[in-house]
Amino acid sequence: MLSPTPRPHLIVIGNGMAGCRAVEEILERDASRFRITIFGAEPRVNYNRIMLSPLLAGEKSFEDIIINGQEWYDDHGINLVAGDPVVAIDRASKTVTSRSGRVESYDKLILATGSDPFIIPVPGNDLQGVISFRDMDDVGSMLRAASGGGDAVVIGGGLLGLEAAHGLSLRGMKVTVIHLMNTLMERQLDEAAGWLLKTELEKRGQQILTTADTAEIYGEGKVEGVRLKDGREIPASIVVMAVGIRPNVKLARDAGLAIGRGIHVDDHLVTSDADILSVGECVEHSGQVYGLVAPIWDMCRSLADGLVAEPSGYTGSVTSTKLKVSGIDVFSAGDFSGGDGCEDIVMRDASRGVYKRVIVKEDKVVGAVLYGDTADGNWYFDLLKKQEDVSEIRDALIFGQAFASGGGAGASPFDAVAAMADEAEICGCNGVSKGKVVACIKGGAHDLDAVRSGCKASASCGQCTGLVENLLALTLGDEFAGERQVKPMCKCTSFTHEDVRKAIVEKELKSIPAVMQAQHWTTPDGCASCRPALNYYLLCAWPGEAVDDQQSRFTNERMHANIQKDGTYSVVPRMWGGVTTPNELRAIADAADKYGARMVKVTGGQRLDLFGIKKEDLPAIWADLNAAGMVSGHAYGKALRTVKTCVGSEWCRFGTQDSTGLGIKTEQMTWGSWMPHKFKIAVSGCPRNCAEATIKDFGVICVDSGYELLVGGNGGIHLRGTDLLCKVATEEEALLYCAAFIQLYREEARYLDRTAPWIERVGMDYVKSRIVEDAEGRKALAERFAYSQSIYQIDPWAKRAAGEDAKLHQHLAEVRPFAGVAA
Amino acid sequence: MNGEWLDIGPLDQLPAMGARTLPVRGGDEIAIFRTANGQVYALVNKCPHKQGPLSQGIVHDTSVTCPLHNWRISLVSGKALGEDEGCVPTIPVKVDGGRMFLKRDAVMASVREAA
Repeated sequence: MLSPTPRPHLIVIGNGMAGCRAVEEILERDASRFRITIFGAEPRVNYNRIMLSPLLAGEKSFEDIIINGQEWYDDHGINLVAGDPVVAIDRASKTVTSRSGRVESYDKLILATGSDPFIIPVPGNDLQGVISFRDMDDVGSMLRAASGGGDAVVIGGGLLGLEAAHGLSLRGMKVTVIHLMNTLMERQLDEAAGWLLKTELEKRGQQILTTADTAEIYGEGKVEGVRLKDGREIPASIVVMAVGIRPNVKLARDAGLAIGRGIHVDDHLVTSDADILSVGECVEHSGQVYGLVAPIWDMCRSLADGLVAEPSGYTGSVTSTKLKVSGIDVFSAGDFSGGDGCEDIVMRDASRGVYKRVIVKEDKVVGAVLYGDTADGNWYFDLLKKQEDVSEIRDALIFGQAFASGGGAGASPFDAVAAMADEAEICGCNGVSKGKVVACIKGGAHDLDAVRSGCKASASCGQCTGLVENLLALTLGDEFAGERQVKPMCKCTSFTHEDVRKAIVEKELKSIPAVMQAQHWTTPDGCASCRPALNYYLLCAWPGEAVDDQQSRFTNERMHANIQKDGTYSVVPRMWGGVTTPNELRAIADAADKYGARMVKVTGGQRLDLFGIKKEDLPAIWADLNAAGMVSGHAYGKALRTVKTCVGSEWCRFGTQDSTGLGIKTEQMTWGSWMPHKFKIAVSGCPRNCAEATIKDFGVICVDSGYELLVGGNGGIHLRGTDLLCKVATEEEALLYCAAFIQLYREEARYLDRTAPWIERVGMDYVKSRIVEDAEGRKALAERFAYSQSIYQIDPWAKRAAGEDAKLHQHLAEVRPFAGVAA
Repeated sequence: MNGEWLDIGPLDQLPAMGARTLPVRGGDEIAIFRTANGQVYALVNKCPHKQGPLSQGIVHDTSVTCPLHNWRISLVSGKALGEDEGCVPTIPVKVDGGRMFLKRDAVMASVREAA
């Protein structure tokens, strides 16, 4: 067929998803407007790049992932130049030149050059065996490497990296993923969901290293392994670099087009040259660069509208990600970084491995993260895009579309439970129906705890607590008191301290995110009240196994010194039993001078306190004090503080026993132990009680016939004298009972309860039954304390003085207004 | 040196759910925070209540709890959250190429006032 006039020539650079989709959109609007030539760098037809992962995993073949076969090009008279990429554009003569020297002139040109993998600049990144994950050739290289088995390292824990790891793992390789950030897929997932993903992948045999920074890739001629900045070495026969992509703008830059992060385009995808358009991952529109398919499809439509039909204009895209990462469903959309006015609605279902978080601002959904169950992803995304007012369905929102719209007209939580059939299951864990819960309430269970013990509803995972409370309110009306007798830990959970501690032990929870998931925390990362408590409970339950989370410690425990009102710190070195030496005093005096202590004060616990020390100077002053043989006095911690003594039988004419010696032994046994709250001990040598043992958490009063052991004293806001625990005959027994009592307090008191309120609550009879009457139990408690001490009795000052966590003490940089920034 | 943004160093120097400090000669010290999700924010390092060093507080979600008296301050707006009222200046931050930048004007705001 001959045209009366030659048709204008459209050249597309890029035979990928964006370039071909743009052509499809143009053909759909006007099939005869242009004569079309497509240049592609790869020697093959147009295929679906997203499907490279199933290809690698062996779930699909190349034929399965072809979008447009050769017949599509033929049918539309498109000239495909595959395997011969364009290397230059001459805008003046309106021609392009390919690598083989072929020159074609264009009337309109579309740049769809996509993006390039980002290769991190480390030594060895050009060794044989370092592969990116971007095209068919990369997949071929990986398959060849995998055929020999062995170890693989994937650098990058984003979507692409995890897909590569999954594929290599299925192909029989032992895979380690190295990720710079502390959360996998941190752009799509929040910390809680990222943690779940990591745990699941580890369960499947992958090794996942987060906050791991690659120092170099080593090997003789070819890859042998990866070395991290912390010195760890991971052997590998291939390294897949999947840390990210960046827009391929080389041609555009060489041609003098306007570029930023990507090629600048207007709303009609036209570049700074009116005859050159651009589309896909290589463009920057209104400051945004996109790497997902949906926005690219939107762009292709706008490009075709502007070029051959009614211009519509591209206005940017709101993106959502719904994917299967290694077979695990994950969804995210919108903004989940939180912020002012944002409210998180969180639901966790530990038994199904589900985490859902919807972020609502001014009655509109602004973001969502779903893990494990993404069925409602599109519904949330729809609410988000349409900016619908969700105030009416807010309470049911997190349960999903079916629940929110099926729960009756108003969909208030009461309507929702009222509308449920009697047979409907309320508590999935214990299989309790609505009818049974209501019968239990009518039978006299008038609060949550009574329902939990009566019919077991809400007694396991607690997820249905809200439903049970609604049923209580519905059934009892005004009689329902509403609140539980025992308050939950904090606003992040419906569980009490005791519930949570029990779960940590029974379910073997060993990290803060694990507790939050298993106990259905309603906030993504807790609050300043529950995080320190959880950190302590974990350290207490799993000494040596739980990792001490510095970011969940109050500043005093993080800095190992006491913060003062002006932001400086006070430093207290340990003086065993309140005994010091001239050498120690000289060292303290020197340190006070050297670091400008503005006050030196004798404390109530028989120690010296140096005030006004700067955060930056702490490691240095500790090094000086360490050098004189002194360690941290823990005056800052929820920990053993001091053992106060009197001089006892060695000097005092009234002394009955060596109270100073016993005090020193007690302090040497107990120092360095973390506690629910601060813990003070005193040993007095006679009933005159000069060491004030009767207002300490644990006190000893020596008498002629032995030692009176006293517990639960407090000299603080509420003055409380100690209760007598028992009397023992020997020092060894006094130490044993002390260790057992401390461990009982450590294991059973609520965080931030001193011994006094704890004993008021549980009663002295209970404490005696555990410590005095139960010899086996006493021994076991003391042994658990000794085991914990074998791990935690270390001087934190020495580690800091040696350079650990130096960032905590140093400024990031300093701004000198007239000289700039100094690191 | 006279750009609109001040380069204050690499992002990997700032721990997640933690903070670092940036003294400004002749002006107010700045605290730079990083949330669990990796967002970076900067505030003047002074609680509106009693000038506690916010950089030493516990960071949770997009807020920080002051170490002195547990006021909760929004990292986004600098406003006190909950029952408390008060506000601390925020400094715009951008992260580019693995480095952190602070808006120069906002960093220098307290210096100018003093001059």
